[in-house]
Amino acid sequence: MHRLLFLPIVGAALSLGPVSSVASPEVPPQRQAELIHLLKHDCGSCHGMRLEGGLGPALKPNRLQNWSPEQLAVTILYGRPGTPMPPWRPFLTDSEAFWLAQQLKQGLQ
Amino acid sequence: MMKGLSLLLSLLLLPVAASAAECLTRGTGDMGIVVERAAGSLKVMDTSAHAELFRVEGLGDLSHASAVYSRDARYAYVFGRDGGLTKVDILCGTIAKRIVQGGNSIGGAISQDGSLIAVSNYEPGGVKIFSAEDLSLVADIPATRVDQEKLSKTVGLVDAPDQKFVVSLFDTGESWIIDMSNPQNPAIQRFTNIGKLPYDALITGDGRYYIAGLFGQDGLSLIDLWHPEKGARLILKDYGKGDQKLPVYKMPHLEGWAMAGDQAFLPAVGQHQVLVVDHRDWQEKGRIAVHGQPVFVMARPDGRQVWVNFAFPDNDTIQVIDTETLQVIKSFKPGKGALHMEFSPRGEEVWISIRDQDEVQIYSTRTMELIKTLPVDKPSGIFFTARAHQTGL
Repeated sequence: MHRLLFLPIVGAALSLGPVSSVASPEVPPQRQAELIHLLKHDCGSCHGMRLEGGLGPALKPNRLQNWSPEQLAVTILYGRPGTPMPPWRPFLTDSEAFWLAQQLKQGLQ
Repeated sequence: MMKGLSLLLSLLLLPVAASAAECLTRGTGDMGIVVERAAGSLKVMDTSAHAELFRVEGLGDLSHASAVYSRDARYAYVFGRDGGLTKVDILCGTIAKRIVQGGNSIGGAISQDGSLIAVSNYEPGGVKIFSAEDLSLVADIPATRVDQEKLSKTVGLVDAPDQKFVVSLFDTGESWIIDMSNPQNPAIQRFTNIGKLPYDALITGDGRYYIAGLFGQDGLSLIDLWHPEKGARLILKDYGKGDQKLPVYKMPHLEGWAMAGDQAFLPAVGQHQVLVVDHRDWQEKGRIAVHGQPVFVMARPDGRQVWVNFAFPDNDTIQVIDTETLQVIKSFKPGKGALHMEFSPRGEEVWISIRDQDEVQIYSTRTMELIKTLPVDKPSGIFFTARAHQTGL
């Protein structure tokens, strides 16, 4: 069910500006630390600081297994229209969003 | 040899330093707690001395934690994100009782008579009600089913007069009045179709009006608890119509909203504005342009000033509004992650959590100048004991 809802949004977002599937996740270590901080504390205000969910869904690897890092990066960058999930495009580059998506897929400590 | 001796000495001295075993003999009226959201701990503060009294650890995931107080203002009930409910003895700096009552929760309330603690849960969606004494389960009230997998998330849980709680259902757009006057047999009055995606709610300080903010549409849902037979109605329904809404990076809070005279001050959703509403007829009287999207819009207890903080990426800023002139009279940047504000009971001071600087800043509301800074690890919610005697807090 979630997947069905999700895919058309991804499609729409992709047409706006795709994240390259070969986006090189070269994010400097200091910026990585900032992104993890953002993830825990700002994404965490809806998804939980431990990403176990809140008003927004949990973002643990088992829940995200049906989506590729590219799809997740698009969701991060463009949000999910019709839900409270906002676009983070103003604050993140494509490769930063892709790097964050990879962290989510792997699971954070 | 010397090293061994000094180690032995420090071990012997440890029990003295661990003051948590010693309970204080004092009143609690000038005390409060500050949540350390990342460490899962809290600090018990003396608000007269501006000093830390205890640090209490082991409260689980405290991101977005909130707290209420027992009516004797000795115990804080802390609601954690992970479903934890912890009863903290603030005179002893100890955990009196702790349970994990749900998978994922979002705050709670204490009943009018202080005997019941209600917790609002996202997962599994619903409200659980516990004895304030020993945290034993009194009632389990599941929310409306959304699909085979889940029940609606519950939000905006408050206490109301006549031993009631009021709560809203995020996914199904309902508000419920839960009458606990007979704790063995909760009576539930359901209001359906109150509006799309209620995300938070408040009850006015007099306990009469319950107002839910709606994420999925314009307007707010209002229930007059003196006349529940009139049902829920939409107020401020023209607000936002035709306006381009900005993305919302942090949902505003409605609890602690500002009432000053006949005016109420509300955070606009997706707008860099504070709404001014005449609370006699719930008509919009104006909008005040502010620095970012407001999160908390809080009135000093005398109603003369309103202090506002903001959502990411503007959460390094605080603004103060004069409620008579409706002008922003002060803007300042206390630091990144200015998350929460709490006024002293009579309003001469305000404490502000500055998450990314690991500190709480204390300001004089008269001069609007910084008085003192206290070290606190990733502080979020600040809750003073004066809340013990206020409906809805």
